[in-house]
This record gives sequence, structure tokens and C-alpha cells, in this order.
Amino acid sequence: MSELPTPSLPQESGLPPLDAEGLLKLYREMVLIRRVEELAAKAYTMRKILGFCHLYIGQESVAVGAASATPDDYWIAAYREHGHALAKGVSANAVMAELFGKATGTSLGLGGSMHIFDKDAKFMGGYGIVGGHVPLANGVGWAIKQRNEGRVCLCYFGDGAAHQGAFFEALCLAQLWKLPVVFICENNFYAMGTSIDRQSHLTDMSLRANGVGMAREQLRGFDVEHVRERVGAAAKFAREGNGPVMLEIITYRHRGHSMSDPAKYRPKGELEEYKLNSEPLALTKRRLEQDFGVSAERIAAVHQEVEAIAEEAWNFAESSPDPDPATLYDHVYAE
Amino acid sequence: MALIPIREALRAAMREEMQRDPSVFLMGEEVAQYDGAYKVSQGMLAEFGPDRIVDTPISECGFAGLGIGAAMVGMRPIIEFMTWNFSLVAYDQIVNSAAKIYQMSGGQYKVPIVFRGPNGAAENLASQHSTSVESLYAHFPGLKVVTYATAYDAKGLLKSAIRDDSPVCFLESEMTYGMKGEVPDEEYLIPLGKADIKAEGSDVTLVTWGKQVFTCQAAVETLKAQGVSAELLDLRTIRPLDREALFNSVAKTGRCVVVQEGYPFSGVGAEIVAQLQEHCFDLLDAPVLRITNRDVPQPYATNLEKLVMPSAERVVTAARRVLGLER
Repeated sequence: MSELPTPSLPQESGLPPLDAEGLLKLYREMVLIRRVEELAAKAYTMRKILGFCHLYIGQESVAVGAASATPDDYWIAAYREHGHALAKGVSANAVMAELFGKATGTSLGLGGSMHIFDKDAKFMGGYGIVGGHVPLANGVGWAIKQRNEGRVCLCYFGDGAAHQGAFFEALCLAQLWKLPVVFICENNFYAMGTSIDRQSHLTDMSLRANGVGMAREQLRGFDVEHVRERVGAAAKFAREGNGPVMLEIITYRHRGHSMSDPAKYRPKGELEEYKLNSEPLALTKRRLEQDFGVSAERIAAVHQEVEAIAEEAWNFAESSPDPDPATLYDHVYAE
Repeated sequence: MALIPIREALRAAMREEMQRDPSVFLMGEEVAQYDGAYKVSQGMLAEFGPDRIVDTPISECGFAGLGIGAAMVGMRPIIEFMTWNFSLVAYDQIVNSAAKIYQMSGGQYKVPIVFRGPNGAAENLASQHSTSVESLYAHFPGLKVVTYATAYDAKGLLKSAIRDDSPVCFLESEMTYGMKGEVPDEEYLIPLGKADIKAEGSDVTLVTWGKQVFTCQAAVETLKAQGVSAELLDLRTIRPLDREALFNSVAKTGRCVVVQEGYPFSGVGAEIVAQLQEHCFDLLDAPVLRITNRDVPQPYATNLEKLVMPSAERVVTAARRVLGLER
């Protein structure tokens, strides 16, 4: 039997360790995502946000840790992407306005919750067909490589997407051409209402990479510093021309698949267990207080500051104009 | 002027655009070392190297999606499908990503990509290799659908498609790659969205595109011998449809037959008939008829396949019917 020709990731990312201020900044970003999402949930129940709305609450440490390791790199995500957009630096005002379907939204109100894009932030969407966007990441990787940009493309998807043909084809091509792409499966254990053990014989989705000889790693994603470090190591590996990486980051969503899902399929006590022991914000708060000596006042100030930003986002979205009907046909064909 | 086969006209279009713009590259199955399944890309690997003429695994969904992602960040991919039949495993990429990204990003991300390859029936390829896909792609706002009959049109249209900032589905034909035509030595472009009158006439308009232009040319000759003056309108671009040229021709003749490959049900011909009845009802002297593939999956046997395809005889009969010369 031949051995798997699978390369190993570096032990270290080479990123400087975070000091108190650095970690506090990441904490602030996680709190911002949490609060924007909570307001989005509220707005949804008030029918200010319509359609589908998939919340990222509980998974914040993944996007925020990864963003801190890849500030100038390309990101492409699926439909649970409000958090990724915010982590990547897209303005809360523009995200909320997009959710409200307003002309000031990231996509001018044309995309909504599932289609947030921001070219300046190198945030490339926002896609609603499970797994369908994964091949696009290879194209970004292809361009990066041809132009020697020294960047990588991070591609986010869930455990549900790891069963799609598009995903498998993307892995094959990425490894064949050693593209600088980091595939990140955020395994939150549920593809809509189907639990991981009912979806797949193998429950570590990073093992999918073995079939194409790709570097892989599974990690727990509740500690933002750990995510930063391991995504940093993966990005370093890909950036240095060693080829793509497949990460599975274990995480947990506190809300249903979408706003219309009461999530009755969870075993009793599971959510409570995650909230008690694997809650990203609480873990980072404890670390700030216990290991960095950050005062309760500093942390309260961060919460206050974030509250103002989130409320401003709501007000901005609410007071923004609807898209002008005269612009309906403006973005069908590029001129 | 040079008399060259269509495959060379297409190759010249790609070579010129690749020489002009370093962001253009060609990717697909067997396009590089094998010189293309139909030799369209012959010699291009030697000229441009393996970073720009790229052989892929059999993975249409994967490499179509790769092209879309590359286009979003400023490259201009040409994605070759060995035939458009195989594009259906990449349909989600073309329809849900390429066609919609510009709109759903609020105009932030353009997708300047060309998907190209042979479309429609060749001969005796049976049901899975004979599909005409134009209605499958022309259905979607955000996609352009372009095709040609002659070497001259093939080159000028493909160059424009490569320069276009929107995704273009460019439909070719195995049957005509070897067909020769005059192509100017100097550079030229043919704008997308402009139909071409291939034969002027006054009694009836034959609307068609792609290799059915040749079926209609034969019909025009037969009709001429019978004293009927038929105008042959080659759409060249199916979407955006050149409604002005279509309506002007029908305004002149008052009668129309649409000739298309592919199935009648929800076909492009049905759209043209709808457009004509909405906008030209008062100008029409007879109902618009369609000649299409018969409404069955393509059979293999030669006699049955001939029965299925549009033919000059069927077109002549339809033209005579709209003129009231036959029932």
C-alpha cells in the first residue's frame, strides 16, 4: 500500500503573539459580530430583515481569529457570512443596510443576507448554493499565483458543503496546481437539521484532503488565539508556494440553521454545554481578565463602544433609502 | 483576405487577444498538449506556454468555477468545454455564479469570462452528445449567448466576446470547424448584439443562427427558384437579442419562420415568436412558424436523425405555408 503523499503544516505561524491590546481588539470584533447578529435577529422578528437570515452567533472566534492572520488576503464565504464580512473589515453600517435591503448596503440592497460583497476589503461574497462557491476560490488562487501577489485565498464553507461534487473537484484542482488557497470547513455539526453522524461516515471533514494529498488539520475553533495561530500557519504554508491547505475548524452555532429554524434536532443539553464550556466570547474574556490582567472596566468600555456601533448600524440601515426602482436594470451586464 | 477554416479563425481570435492582453488564458480538457479535441487551439501551447494554455482534468464544474473566480479578480479566462453537453455538470457555476455575481455584488465584481465549445448535433452522436444549449443559457439575465455561421463572424465575434466585461457563452459547431471562409488580414471586431442579414429578401423573413444559417441558405435558393424572395436574418447574438434588426425585417416582409436546432418547447424560437407577437402583431400577415428539432432526444440511427433535424425542405414548406402557397 502506498503512503499518502500529504505534506505537513508548519508548527508555528510566525505571527507575533498577541499582547493584551491585540487580544482586546479581537475580543471587540467578536463582540461586534455578536451584537450585530443579535440586532439582526431582532430586526428579523420585526420584519425589517426578510428572506433567509443565517446567524453566526457562537462561531465568532473562527472568522475573527482567521482575519487577524490574513488581513490583506482574499476571502470567499457561503451564506452564513455576516460575521466573516465584519471580521474582514466590512463596515457594520453597510452590512446592516444590506440586511435591511437598502441602497446603502454592501451590494446596494441587491444581495441581502446571503450575498455580502466588499471589493475594498477583498471580501468576495456571500453565496447561497451550498458548496457552489468553493471552485471560485481556486480562480482567485490561480490569479494570485500567476501575478505573484504573495496573497492567499481563504474559502469558508460548512460541514454540509463537504459532500458536494463542486467541493471535491475544487480540492483536486487546488492540489494539482498547488494553488494558494486555504479551505476552511467550519464544522458546526449540523447541515441545516442533519447532524454530522447522519451525513458522513468520516466526521472529520479535513480527512477529505487525504484523497488528493493535500495538507490538512483539524482544530477546535473556540479559542480565537488558537484559530489565529493555526490559520496563520496554514496561510504561511500556502503563501510560501507549498500548495493549498484543508482545515476543519470545530465550532458550534447557538442559533438554528436560519431564523426560521427552532433547532429542535439538538440533543438535550448540548447547546447549554457549549455555552458553558466553549463559548468564544466568554473564553476570551476570561483570558483577558485572568492572564492579561485586563480590568472589568476596560471590558465594559469595549462593550459600550460596540453597542454604539451596532445601534448606529441599525439606525443607519433603518434611515437609509430603499433602492431606486430606476436602477433595477443597472447591474445585469457590466459595461 | 485569407481563405481559412473556422477552427483557424477561432484560433486567430484567441491568439490575437492573448498577444494583446496578458490576463487572457485558455483552460480546458485537452486544449494544450493534445492541441484541442477539435484542434482549435493547435500550436497555442508552444506560443503561450503552460501557464496560459492549460490542460485540465475532466472536471468541468471545477475549472468553470476556477475561471469565474479568476475573472472576478481581473483575469480574462477562456474556458473551453469539449462540447457544451459537458457544461451541464458546470451549470450551477455558470448560472448561479457567473451570471449573477455582478448583480448580487451591487456591481462590484465583474466576471469577464468566455465559455466556449461546440454546441448542438454533429452526426450520429446520439442523445447525450447532441444537445443544443442556447435556450438553457439565454434564459438568464447576466449571460450573453453568441454564435456564428461563417469564419469571418467567428473571429470577429470571439474577439469581442473575450473583450466583453460580462460572461459570454460562445457556441461553436463540430460540423463547421473545417468550413472555410474569407477573413481579412487586418484586425476587426464584430459587436455583440448585432444581427446580420445574410440574404436580402422581401416576401418572408427566415430567422436563424449558428449552422442552421446554412440550412436556411439552401432554403433561400430553393424558394428563389419558386419565385419567393426570402430574407435570411442571422442573429449571431441570441442574448442580447437584436430586436431592432428582427422587427425591421419582419416589418418589411410581414411573414416569418424561425429556424432553430434544439427542442421547440421553451426554445429560443418560442421567445422570438413571443417578441414578434408582442411588438409586431399588426405588421404580421400570417402566424409565425417554427422549424426546430423534433421533440425527442436525439436518435443515433442516420435516418431518424435526419428526420429530427431542421432541413431545407422543412424550411421551404414552412415559408410557403406562411405565404399561403401551401396548407
